[in-house]
Amino acid sequence: MVRQWFKSGSPWIWMTGGAVSISLISVIGLLAMIAWKGLSFFWPTEVVEFELEGSVAKQTVIGEIYDREMVPKARLEAAGYDFSDYQDEYIERLLVKTGNREYVELDFRWILTTDIQSRTVPEDMAVFERSKNGNFYGYVVRVIEDGKVVTQQPVERLEFLVERAVELNEEALDLQNGDIGHINYELERLRLKERGYQLDNELTDKVKAELEAQRAQLREEYKVFEKRLFELRADAKRDYVVVRDMRGEEVTLPLYQVLDVWFPNNMGFFSKVGHYFSQTGKFISDDPREANTEGGVFPAIFGTVFMVMLMAVIVTPFGVIAAIYLHEYAAKNAVTKMIRIAVINLAGVPSIVYGVFGLGFFVYMLGGSIDQLFYPEAAPSPVFGTPGVIWSALTLAILTLPVVIVSTEEGLSRIPSSVRHGSLALGATKAETLWRIIVPMASPAIMTGLILAVARAAGEVAPLMLVGVVKMAPTLPLDGNFPYIHLDRKFMHLGFHIYDVGFQSPNVEAARPLVYATAFLLVTVIIALNITAIGIRNHLREKFRALEH
Amino acid sequence: MVLVALLLIFFYLLYVVQPIFESASVTKRTDIALKDNKTYFGMGMEEQTEIAYLLDDKGLVDFYQIKGQNSGDKLNTLAVDLDGQVTSFSQSAPFLGIYAYGLDNGQIQLVKPSFLISFPGNQRVMQPRLSYPLEGVQLEVDDQGQAIKQFAFSHYEDKTAVVAQTADKRVVFASFSAEENMFSGEIEWTVERSILPIEGRVDDMLISPDTTRVFVRSANQVYVFDTRFADEVKQFQLLAANEENANLVNMNLLAGANSLMLSNDNGEVSQWFEVNTDEGRQFAKIRSFESVKSAQVDIFSEFYRRTFFTTTNTGELGLYYTTSEAHLWQGKVVDGAIEKFAVSPRSNAALLLSDNTLNVVELHNEHPEVTWSALWQEVWYEGYPEPAYTWQSTSASDDFESKFSLVPISFGTIKAAMYAMLFAVPIALSAAIYTAYFMSPELRRVVKPTVEIMEALPTVILGFLAGLWLAPLIEEHLPAIVALLVLLPIAIIGTAFGWTKLPKQIRHLLPDGWHSVLLIPVVLIVGWLSFAISDSIEVWMFGGNVRQYLTNELGLTFDQRNSLVVGIAMGFAVIPTIFSIAEDAVFSVPKHLSNGSLALGATQWQTLVRVILLTASPGIFSAVMMGLGRAVGETMIVLMATGNTPIMDWSIFQGMRTLAANIAVEMPESEVGSSHYRILFLAAFVLFIFTFIFNTVAEFVRQQLREKYSSM
Repeated sequence: MVRQWFKSGSPWIWMTGGAVSISLISVIGLLAMIAWKGLSFFWPTEVVEFELEGSVAKQTVIGEIYDREMVPKARLEAAGYDFSDYQDEYIERLLVKTGNREYVELDFRWILTTDIQSRTVPEDMAVFERSKNGNFYGYVVRVIEDGKVVTQQPVERLEFLVERAVELNEEALDLQNGDIGHINYELERLRLKERGYQLDNELTDKVKAELEAQRAQLREEYKVFEKRLFELRADAKRDYVVVRDMRGEEVTLPLYQVLDVWFPNNMGFFSKVGHYFSQTGKFISDDPREANTEGGVFPAIFGTVFMVMLMAVIVTPFGVIAAIYLHEYAAKNAVTKMIRIAVINLAGVPSIVYGVFGLGFFVYMLGGSIDQLFYPEAAPSPVFGTPGVIWSALTLAILTLPVVIVSTEEGLSRIPSSVRHGSLALGATKAETLWRIIVPMASPAIMTGLILAVARAAGEVAPLMLVGVVKMAPTLPLDGNFPYIHLDRKFMHLGFHIYDVGFQSPNVEAARPLVYATAFLLVTVIIALNITAIGIRNHLREKFRALEH
Repeated sequence: MVLVALLLIFFYLLYVVQPIFESASVTKRTDIALKDNKTYFGMGMEEQTEIAYLLDDKGLVDFYQIKGQNSGDKLNTLAVDLDGQVTSFSQSAPFLGIYAYGLDNGQIQLVKPSFLISFPGNQRVMQPRLSYPLEGVQLEVDDQGQAIKQFAFSHYEDKTAVVAQTADKRVVFASFSAEENMFSGEIEWTVERSILPIEGRVDDMLISPDTTRVFVRSANQVYVFDTRFADEVKQFQLLAANEENANLVNMNLLAGANSLMLSNDNGEVSQWFEVNTDEGRQFAKIRSFESVKSAQVDIFSEFYRRTFFTTTNTGELGLYYTTSEAHLWQGKVVDGAIEKFAVSPRSNAALLLSDNTLNVVELHNEHPEVTWSALWQEVWYEGYPEPAYTWQSTSASDDFESKFSLVPISFGTIKAAMYAMLFAVPIALSAAIYTAYFMSPELRRVVKPTVEIMEALPTVILGFLAGLWLAPLIEEHLPAIVALLVLLPIAIIGTAFGWTKLPKQIRHLLPDGWHSVLLIPVVLIVGWLSFAISDSIEVWMFGGNVRQYLTNELGLTFDQRNSLVVGIAMGFAVIPTIFSIAEDAVFSVPKHLSNGSLALGATQWQTLVRVILLTASPGIFSAVMMGLGRAVGETMIVLMATGNTPIMDWSIFQGMRTLAANIAVEMPESEVGSSHYRILFLAAFVLFIFTFIFNTVAEFVRQQLREKYSSM
């Protein structure tokens, strides 16, 4: 009977069904895992205090539980620990993030549960998020405002003072990047101007004096801003907080280094939710810190969006025109067939090859020529002859060209011929039909193609590594200095940020949750774009199907 | 437009790659008849190849303009400060640019022609000068004050050493070290001398730039001395180095000073370097080159590369590259004998002295190390025990020779793609077949886009998960993966069989084509179970640690980021590609075919295997080809999920380096226009061609299929 059952082939049908299940589980599981790991990062976890004794010397450890795993006893015994009085085969151990990086050797440590003598979740445990050296965990002992100890409601006062210091720091940063950055930018432009005159042999004494006067004026302005900057900084450095850490020692933290303070063990559910959203907001809107392992990803988001928009502007006209030509005008002959195969091929070429091509052709050849022609004064430092956002956009435009073409062509072919014939019968020329009837009707399809292209470009990293992405860009490609859009600048990118932080950073363990959060952000954007595109396409199909009848 | 883009990429890549396969050329620039008829000992030129200098037998240095409108003018003559009569002359390794005169009082004087460059009125002016590397101090090589008959020396960083033969036939090795006197601030020289035991006459002497080896040729024998410790000089080896039926005529060191080049009077030039043997490191003959048969064949090396030149007394010039075994150029450049030869620092020009005429030739030899055979065949590199396929493009040291074999990285590409396909093809094709043929339409409308959305998932995320989540997971729970492979099919078939045993009422609750929904909990449970029993299996079968077991018992190295991880992660990236195309192919098989088959009494499965798959097979083939194309070119996953070590090993527990990852890693730091840069372009070109072929074949098959269906 079993043999007959096998002969009928039905087990194999089940096996193929199993393959579908596996694919589905892995897709959904993957997305769920990224979402879970990415989203849970911002939730304030409780800070636990452990008393340890056993395989380690007696000590107190304070921190967040980060991970847990079961270790076979045999492996630990092989490492030289003694567990002869312990019964189970496995011993659980916890990974605890202890923070306080400058005072302990490692800010992550494994703790064996067998060593834990007591475990408490103490109230009033404070978590300080700092601009340097990561988090600090400890009890607030006293708050010092302007040299005096705060006696009344020190905790509320502390929160107020932290906010004040953060605001002062922000103001100082704005000043530094905004006004002072502007002056530096102008000074550099003056230098290039002078060099330009020199190259043209027009650098007369009069010109020189003019330039010098401008420079002097800028320097005057600079002095004013500098004074203000120093004042702000000095003001921010006014207050301190004294904290008792897990070694039992009192540590003085200057408040200008503290970005935020919270008491996770005292929080109710709603304050946790509030904290969660404020942390998420900071992640999206802040600049990265500490070699990208902390802080936000704003420049990466901005860079990605900017580059992708630039790419869309370049790719849309070319892609649409190519598709219209292919579908409306091209004769059905060998050349058209070749072009179609070329489109498929272009879609199949590995993205890194585009990167190599972009680097050689756009950056070195095109960019180098532009520098020679238009920016001789900047030599030897390149302006366009170095990887930058414009070259990235161009490279990705070629890469996504087939996506736009295929999608637009599909849209064109779905338009019923009755519409076309009707227009032609009413006396419209072919061009008029195309421009007034076909293209407007196909515009959702063009939109679909564009969205798909954008989704593809946003996730592509390999070619960008060669043509313009950097680990840390000091300035955005868009700012308040003339000409406002700086196409020659390098930029940060979410995908590259994931690669960089996950694989090139000095402290991978600390950065991992951040990578998950970034990955979640990227996946959300890309999946959302794709679903939108699919939605538009399906809607379009239904609409035209209705038209045909 | 698209065609233009494709062709542009193709031809641009080709345009960048092409120079590495250009052959070398030698063209004559100018001949300069020298003004005075005197004997010259040595010569050289500065970096711009504008000025040449010749050192004569009296210690005078003549400077000649050799480029531009004043070409042929004698610019200047400077005299070297010498305290004694010149008896001999020698020059250092080319990259040091130092010359030395041996004197009749047992001393030598080092001198370095140099150029003071200034820019009065935006015009570059070069002023010839003589500089003295030792501030004019003459080195006392022989403490007995005998005249120096011949010698070799090196002065590199803080090491100075001389090997010399004196008038009374002693061979002296002297090592000098300078020390500043703490009190007076004066420089004091300490000398270690030793006599080298040479029997017979001395023909040639050489010293390696780092002063660790001394070579003395006596007729057909070459003495090699170990001079690392000046107070303990010992004979290292004695080579009988001549070819059969031939005699040695000259020797020289290759750039990097690891290789000794010896020329024979039958025109053969042999390369020797140290390799590890049973008796420790020994010089061995590695390969030989055919030059023109001549009584005198001289060898000259380049500044930095492993190129060497041969000149003969019949006016022949030969150009070779050792490692790639390439004979780059050969030709007669002058009528008489070539007496002296010098190459420019950038290896773009050379000077030949013949019959009191200075011949200047231009060299075009940009990429001698790259030949088709060096890229794809085993090459015996300096210091290696045997020929090997090696990719090692850069190193910290200057005289490092880049090793460009595309074999290991192409191998890595194929290995990665193969493991990925091994994982992806069964799952993707089965899933496609089920979705297209068995699945109920409502479910299909959900499943297909879900799997296809995977294609949009950025590979950087898959790579990151593979490297940081999957790799440690597999390392921890290796038995679970094996258990999963075994248990999953058993569990699925078991469930299927159990299902047939259930009462009809329950069975009919699940409509046809919903099997996979039923199987989801089964797969989840089996997955969970595999991981749960993983540790027990590890303790029970492998003594608690699989990795140790693999290393100790089976002798397999286990890398955390290995082919298994890459296979799964990249397989994952390829599944949607294969699934989507294969599903379309199966789904678009005309319904009347399957209906006919079923009506004739075939079961569902028989219909599928005999009719549907057969009809759709070209489409399935094209799906696999597309998947393969994608796997070959994938960069980020491989970059992040492997160790990126260019090794050649099929082991599933080791990593690899692929063409694409190699480009991503090395491209940003390669110098524009260098051989490295062009080879990376070649790698990109190879990838391009690879995927071009896969995609074109796949697309062609698909178009054929479409026409076939439409006629059915």
